[in-house]
Amino acid sequence: MKLTLNVWRQDGPGDSGRMVRYEMPDVNPDMSFLEMLDLLNEGLIEKGEEPVSFDHDCREGICGACGVMIDGRAHGPLPGTTTCQLHMRHYKDGDELTIEPWRSAAFPVVKDLVVDRAAFDRIIEAGGYVSVNTGSAPDANLTPVPKDVADNAFDAATCIGCGACVAQCPNGAAQLFTSAKVSHLGLLPQGQTERWRRVRHMVATMEDEAFGSCTNFTECEAACPKGISIDFIAQMNRDFVRARFRDPEADD
Amino acid sequence: MELDAKIPSGPIHEKWDRHRFDMKLVNPANKRKFDVIVVGSGLAGASASATLAELGYNVKCFCFQDSPRRAHSIAAQGGINAAKNYQNDGDSVFRLFYDTVKGGDFRSREANVHRLAQVSVNIIDQAVAQGVPFAREYSGLLDNRSFGGAQVSRTFYARGQTGQQLLLGAYQALARQIGTGKVRMFPRTEMLDIVVIDGQARGIITRDLVTGKLERHAGDAVVLATGGYSNVFYLSTNAKGCNVTAVWRAARRGALFANPCYTQIHPTCIPASGDYQSKLTLMSESLRNDGRIWVPQKPGDDRVAGQIPEGERDYYLERRYPAFGNLVPRDVASRNAKNMVDEKRGVGPTKIGVYLDFKDAIGRDGKNAIEARYGNLFEMYERITGEDPYSAPMRIYPAPHYTMGGLWVDYNLMTNIPGLYAIGEANFSDHGANRLGASALMQGLADGYFVLPYTIGDHLARHLGEGLVSTDDAAFQAAEEGVHRRTERLLGIDGSRTVDSFHRELGRLCWENCGMSRNRAGLEAAVARIPELKEEFENDVKVLGSAESFNQSLEKAGRLEDFFELAELMCYDALERRESCGGHFREEHQTEDGEALRDDENFQYVAAWEFKGQGETPTLHKEPLEFEYVKPSQRSYK
Repeated sequence: MKLTLNVWRQDGPGDSGRMVRYEMPDVNPDMSFLEMLDLLNEGLIEKGEEPVSFDHDCREGICGACGVMIDGRAHGPLPGTTTCQLHMRHYKDGDELTIEPWRSAAFPVVKDLVVDRAAFDRIIEAGGYVSVNTGSAPDANLTPVPKDVADNAFDAATCIGCGACVAQCPNGAAQLFTSAKVSHLGLLPQGQTERWRRVRHMVATMEDEAFGSCTNFTECEAACPKGISIDFIAQMNRDFVRARFRDPEADD
Repeated sequence: MELDAKIPSGPIHEKWDRHRFDMKLVNPANKRKFDVIVVGSGLAGASASATLAELGYNVKCFCFQDSPRRAHSIAAQGGINAAKNYQNDGDSVFRLFYDTVKGGDFRSREANVHRLAQVSVNIIDQAVAQGVPFAREYSGLLDNRSFGGAQVSRTFYARGQTGQQLLLGAYQALARQIGTGKVRMFPRTEMLDIVVIDGQARGIITRDLVTGKLERHAGDAVVLATGGYSNVFYLSTNAKGCNVTAVWRAARRGALFANPCYTQIHPTCIPASGDYQSKLTLMSESLRNDGRIWVPQKPGDDRVAGQIPEGERDYYLERRYPAFGNLVPRDVASRNAKNMVDEKRGVGPTKIGVYLDFKDAIGRDGKNAIEARYGNLFEMYERITGEDPYSAPMRIYPAPHYTMGGLWVDYNLMTNIPGLYAIGEANFSDHGANRLGASALMQGLADGYFVLPYTIGDHLARHLGEGLVSTDDAAFQAAEEGVHRRTERLLGIDGSRTVDSFHRELGRLCWENCGMSRNRAGLEAAVARIPELKEEFENDVKVLGSAESFNQSLEKAGRLEDFFELAELMCYDALERRESCGGHFREEHQTEDGEALRDDENFQYVAAWEFKGQGETPTLHKEPLEFEYVKPSQRSYK
């Protein structure tokens, strides 16, 4: 099928960027979205034009590397689907698509569709872990975890850190990402010792980065390719308030 | 060159404990005087970096991805083995050891495998303490399943995302150390050379993938945790970025490369649908617990699956292997699927595939039960193929998935270059000629959490007081200039073909001649053709852009150049190994009923190759293998 693409091209963080129009005369419906971009790039290189840079790696929806705005929607039109798992059979002959990088002050553009998501790593570094040195763990079955608790923690732990939640949020807020990790560890018995400290430090770091504030648009939940629930944001907010009383280090 | 595997003496179950006592220690105050470089941030690299930093060493960790959390370990689905015997079904450290040696078709090192089985139990404890949400029973205790044909339930799993959850556990431990400043993390940074001074690994040269800047990093030891080389086949289940460059740069500096022809072709992947295909997607092996594999009995049968009556179907694995049926090991299942396609009994639009059918399982257990077990996999299948596996059988076909070969290492996981270590899939030592399901995660974490952090101390303790080599040293300068010249050369070719078009051609060549089955004529043709193809690449590739910017084509071109050289070595090794074992099947060496035929008398050794240059015959060094505890036998799954 034939498609027209409007692709954001930007040489680097200093460049103001622009939309460039490309005609794709022969797209196979069984291609993935990224294979369609591969095809575009092969053609560009052959013509002597620089290919479009985009992040991608596993191409099976789990590494979280890929992600672009397609017609204003993070990862495109299908629910629960990363860009690499979106296939062209969901488009029809003659469609015109607009492809942009994640738009967020906290994710500066590196080049074309590639953005810098290091702010997510900094949030995890602030406390998104259990402080257990290698070798000091007790037997794994010493602490039973009720199945529903384990399952709930798992639902939070499936976050792939792609950044779609931030990209889709009108405020560019990172609450869904941060709350997923806060809840994953805060729900499990293993994460209790540092529960209050963790939530305080992670939220503080999140707020120091260039993310916006959450005003309950819930666009993040709709955009999340892993279906992470905004219930975790409520859980994080509750823990954050409780931490002011429960964390002995809290002095504010 | 004498290969000393440095296997400790004593009975096998005492070797590791004894060795831990015999090794030199670095006292806590001295650990901060050592800098360790870790390349790669997957299960092995992240767990090693975190653990070394916890011990007090200064660590620099490098990855090409934008975050260490994205390393390809994340895509592992099935599970992780450990000899916990929580199910009380007769498992033990010795049984896991035994199964792994046998599964590896008697081409691995007994002492290494036994240590792996021993520390497997610690991995589960560590992961659970980190908050890894393994599957649990209603009792709140950990659940296990049988996996990959094991006769005991020793596999711990986290839905179909075990790799993701274990990697996030290791990543979190790494993030904690980045937060304390003990680890300096370098994302979007690629290692492009190793600096060897007076025979010792002393540092690396890297390229910042965003700015293109080349940098010199000195270290008291260098650890490569950069995974395997399945992408030599172009189409594989590996992530697009997986590459052999770091390992290959070490090989060019004199590190021996062991058993490159041992590659694992995973039987249950979604078949390629066209020429544009960029990668293949694995469907978890657990599907074989309930799915039945079949093809039409008649060659060239064009009917859709539903119109082929029961009597005209060939459930070939159940027919040939009544005891194991659809659960035969990966190499056997893959080879049989290839035979069906070669007999023109393949299915689907390309005729390169076999059916994996859940109709009987749905009839027996109900659709809901099957959905609970495999729902996410069925969804993934439907998303990719547009077909509904509840109503028609899935189509599957084998794809390159894992490489057992890798850098030669001794018992301490050190290569033949002192101070240079290789851990995880990047080394060769534990899986022999075939890796069992749920053992890759186990090995990566065993190496990173529980083996390397001890063994590296023994090396460092001997170098106390030497201090880092200055990065102004002539060797650093020469290595950096070499990298710079190479980059400029690739950008200056300005030919007519894209990097990917060459990579596809190399992949096809390797798949056809050094894939699921190999023969002398094919391998000789490949060994002759690969250097020619590389020459065409060096004269006709087109890499646009500059060296001083974010340039994905340039990254790919450098990686492909290394794949060419590795591909040639892989074919040499396959040619030289005139026997069939595990994933290496030489058509000339098979039993009457078509099973792999080993030749223990002549080939019971590790083939450690010394690279001599493209088009030059590499030098073979042999490490003989001895089997004291598990006596070599013909694997039989009848």
